[in-house]
Amino acid sequence: MNAVVRVRGLVRNFTLKGVLNGVDLDIAQGEFVALLGRSGSGKSTLLRAIADLDTEAKGSGEIVAPSKLAVVFQDARLLPWKRVLENVTLGLAGPDAKARGLRALEEVELGARDRSWPYELSGGEQQRVALARALVREPALLLADEPFGALDALTRIRMHGLLKRLSQAHHPAVLLVTHDVDEAIELADRVVVLDDGRIAANLDVRLPVAGPEREDAFADLRRQLLGLLGVEAELAGLR
Amino acid sequence: MNAMTGNVLDIAEELRGQELPGDAPIGRQAQPSITPPRRRRRLGLGEALTFGPLLGPGILLLYWCVFSYTGWLDPRILPAPWATVATARDLIADGRLPANLTVSAIRAGEGLVFGVAAGLAVALISGLSRLGGYVFDSLVQMKRSIPTLALIPLVILWLGIGEPMKVSVIALSVFIPIYLQTHNALRGTEIKYLELAETLNLSRWAFLRDIVLPGALPGFMLGLRFAVMGAWLALVVVEQLNATSGIGYMIDLARTYAQTDVIVVGLVVYALLGLSSDAAVRFAEARLIGWRKTLS
Repeated sequence: MNAVVRVRGLVRNFTLKGVLNGVDLDIAQGEFVALLGRSGSGKSTLLRAIADLDTEAKGSGEIVAPSKLAVVFQDARLLPWKRVLENVTLGLAGPDAKARGLRALEEVELGARDRSWPYELSGGEQQRVALARALVREPALLLADEPFGALDALTRIRMHGLLKRLSQAHHPAVLLVTHDVDEAIELADRVVVLDDGRIAANLDVRLPVAGPEREDAFADLRRQLLGLLGVEAELAGLR
Repeated sequence: MNAMTGNVLDIAEELRGQELPGDAPIGRQAQPSITPPRRRRRLGLGEALTFGPLLGPGILLLYWCVFSYTGWLDPRILPAPWATVATARDLIADGRLPANLTVSAIRAGEGLVFGVAAGLAVALISGLSRLGGYVFDSLVQMKRSIPTLALIPLVILWLGIGEPMKVSVIALSVFIPIYLQTHNALRGTEIKYLELAETLNLSRWAFLRDIVLPGALPGFMLGLRFAVMGAWLALVVVEQLNATSGIGYMIDLARTYAQTDVIVVGLVVYALLGLSSDAAVRFAEARLIGWRKTLS
């Protein structure tokens, strides 16, 4: 296995978003990993550590990650003073930067909005621009921190399809932080469950392509993951 | 048994439904109710009128006309508007107003240019580097607590009573608002944009050019509006100090001969200069910062 990301014995204390108590994680080239956990389980802390954004955190451990990485945040984080295309090409060098940016915008179906200001776009459109800004750099690793968390349910379903298509086309390794079990099963090859700063489970979730087998497998995984997140016990209690 | 394990999917749906905050209780919508036509309280400011800003000055002018016409206002206290207009026409015809206005405008313009350049330069040094901030910020804050007009005696001793003194005093009072607003805006760059820049591998220069400086532009423009007003205020003061030309000199001379109408013309000119330059800055601001959606 050709690992793009290699995390060993990662410990992070004194963070606001949840601690890590010794995490090991490998992500292979082109593999789509969903990181699932409750709030405060440390999933954002792990993503920020891999992205090298946790300058103030204290801790230890080893992280190997490619320098060609891109991050999609929960807020689209577009610069309000740059038009959509300039947001996508931010920091890109070379004479073909503009053409590449336009191509990326077309890939997220926003090719006609290149001259718009960010405030003129809907939340889903803004997040698609953020996706284009990440993918135009052809990253070896795409880190996404609950990218669809602020979107409505219908937009989220459309974004799932888009992200799936794009990750198949560009084939980066992906680490998707989410608390949505369906999203994790739908998109990922593998789901890693984080609980209390440790990895609680590591499940292969590649499903049959279609048909009743797929639905059964989906339901099965869903039950298993909800159980790992401690939701099943609460459901039983409600009964 | 089936009920326990069979349908976690459905149970999860149920749970989700219950968890939705603010969800209306089931059945409430089924009850028939007569809804009155929607009349919501609108909290915006309503539609803007093109000549709306002229309303206040118009009312003032109306009162001035009425009081002068009825004779309630002694012309020695305040001459009638039409008398003032006639005086203004005379002053323009004999060239005194244009000549003095040019001198005043050049003075204020020079002070503004020097003051903005210095304020911007020091704000950039102090806003964009830790060391620069440690060196300059406290000094400017100290200067800020001394009114510029209180420095005039010192400036006169250093530079005499000629043009350099006048331009320096104007520049000093322009410097402070430019520095304060620009520095504040530069240091107010949000951490989330810093994180974005780092993950995009932006160079320091690209980070400044694409993120910090455009983000600080609204702050600078606000400082510029204060600065333009400050320049005219300082101009009024320095032109009363031993000047031999300028609008202030014209007013001071008129005081000697008790020409109230000339004084009023001078004051109106000051007001028009202030208003039109503020409008110019706001126009530039609207053109430069089209990416914002605000109440105005």
